[in-house]
Amino acid sequence: MRDLEFHSAAGSIAPPCLQQPLLETKGLSFSAGGARLLWDVSLEVRPGSRTLIMGPNGAGKSLLLRLMHGLLRPETGNVLWNGARLTAEARRSQAMVFQRPVLLRRSVFANLKFALSVRGLRGRNRSEKIEQALAVAGLSHLAKRPARVLSGGEQQRLAVVRALACEPDLLFLDEPTANLDPASTAAIEQLVLEANSSGVTIVMVTHDAGQAKRIGEDLVFLQDGKIAETGDVQQVLSAPKSEPVRAWRDGRIYLGANIETMSDKSGRRT
Amino acid sequence: MDSFWGALAGAVGLVFALDPDLMEIIGLSIRVTLTAVFFSCLIGLPLGAAVGTFNFPGRTLIAVFLNALMGLPPVVVGLMVYLMLSASGPLAPLRLLYTPTAMIIAQMILVTPIVAALTRQVVEDLNREYAEQFASMGVGAFDRLTAMLWDARYSLMTVALAGFGRAVAEVGAVIIVGGNINHVTRVMTTTIALETSRGNLQLALALGVILLVIAFAVNACVMALRASAVRAAYA
Repeated sequence: MRDLEFHSAAGSIAPPCLQQPLLETKGLSFSAGGARLLWDVSLEVRPGSRTLIMGPNGAGKSLLLRLMHGLLRPETGNVLWNGARLTAEARRSQAMVFQRPVLLRRSVFANLKFALSVRGLRGRNRSEKIEQALAVAGLSHLAKRPARVLSGGEQQRLAVVRALACEPDLLFLDEPTANLDPASTAAIEQLVLEANSSGVTIVMVTHDAGQAKRIGEDLVFLQDGKIAETGDVQQVLSAPKSEPVRAWRDGRIYLGANIETMSDKSGRRT
Repeated sequence: MDSFWGALAGAVGLVFALDPDLMEIIGLSIRVTLTAVFFSCLIGLPLGAAVGTFNFPGRTLIAVFLNALMGLPPVVVGLMVYLMLSASGPLAPLRLLYTPTAMIIAQMILVTPIVAALTRQVVEDLNREYAEQFASMGVGAFDRLTAMLWDARYSLMTVALAGFGRAVAEVGAVIIVGGNINHVTRVMTTTIALETSRGNLQLALALGVILLVIAFAVNACVMALRASAVRAAYA
């Protein structure tokens, strides 16, 4: 578990991209408070695919997601959407669900109404979409409740269908099930898979290897702000080629690796 | 102490007798204060929400400025408004000096910074929670502002209440620009000041009691509204 020779291996495992990627990052770097948090991250998201981003805490997963969504500006590198620079207009074809659902202090119904109104939907068209979203989330009977008194699972379901109601081409999810019980997790996964089968590209951060295997296709594994390994989820998780994924897969060594990496960091940077 | 209890008894008598002069004074007080608070909210709520929501150069400076203006001394504001409205002032042609409108203007100047500064604080806290989601949704500037004001509405009622408290209890500014003219610009606070100096403690005390009751009643209403909102998780 000495140092990080795996970096050289990272690029070569990138999945072959025959069609134009829906979203592409080129050499993304990001620093905050004088510390480099993301190093030269380049990856491609195929249209219609389900890409998972994994890695230990502090690896830069959520940060990468925010950069890909355009919520943060990279220090270097850029994000391409359908081959062109990601603009505010293009971001309207994307949506994001956060780890802790951000719901307005309004009813369930009004939360959906707000999201659709922002996209310029009005009248019959809007109310039909709201009804549909409520039904998909199984929240029709709670439509008039304040969104913030719902259970954690219900809140996250609402956040997911609210994001999907705007019919994005790509949906980002930042550990959407991190705080949920197994049943609620299954419900979210089902919503995500259904959305994907209707054509929505999925990019999701998760810590859960089981979840990754259940819903993932492509995997991007981050370690210390760098891509450690990319490839098919099943393949990478069952036969990892890089040390961090191997370490992460094995619970015992994963913890050891974390500690080791921390001591590495202080040793390397001072 | 005898004179105190005597005055208090007389005051209660006046209140329950619904003395017409007393009613007129109370009515004008409430009319002036509510009008001033209404217009202060009209300006202060969007202003505070904009400063609390958007990032622009000079934002911190405006926030500091608004906070500083919260402590404006009423007599200074009264003097400024007096100078503007007096016969030699730039706004003399409006002929507003010694009218209820002048009192409303003075109270607005005192209350608007309070509403704006407190609104900024409330909205800034809410914005911290919403900002990323709104950026992700691509919510436009106007929608963001209205969403902030609407979702913070229960907290903002307390803000308006703080403004009301300042305006209704204020005496220094309204006595300068209003002149405390009987049946024209005489309000509760100016009457209390006048009657106390004239030794008419019964009337002064009666008005003081009513002022307190009004403050309690308005506070209780807002607290009740807020409590129901908290139960419904809207606040």
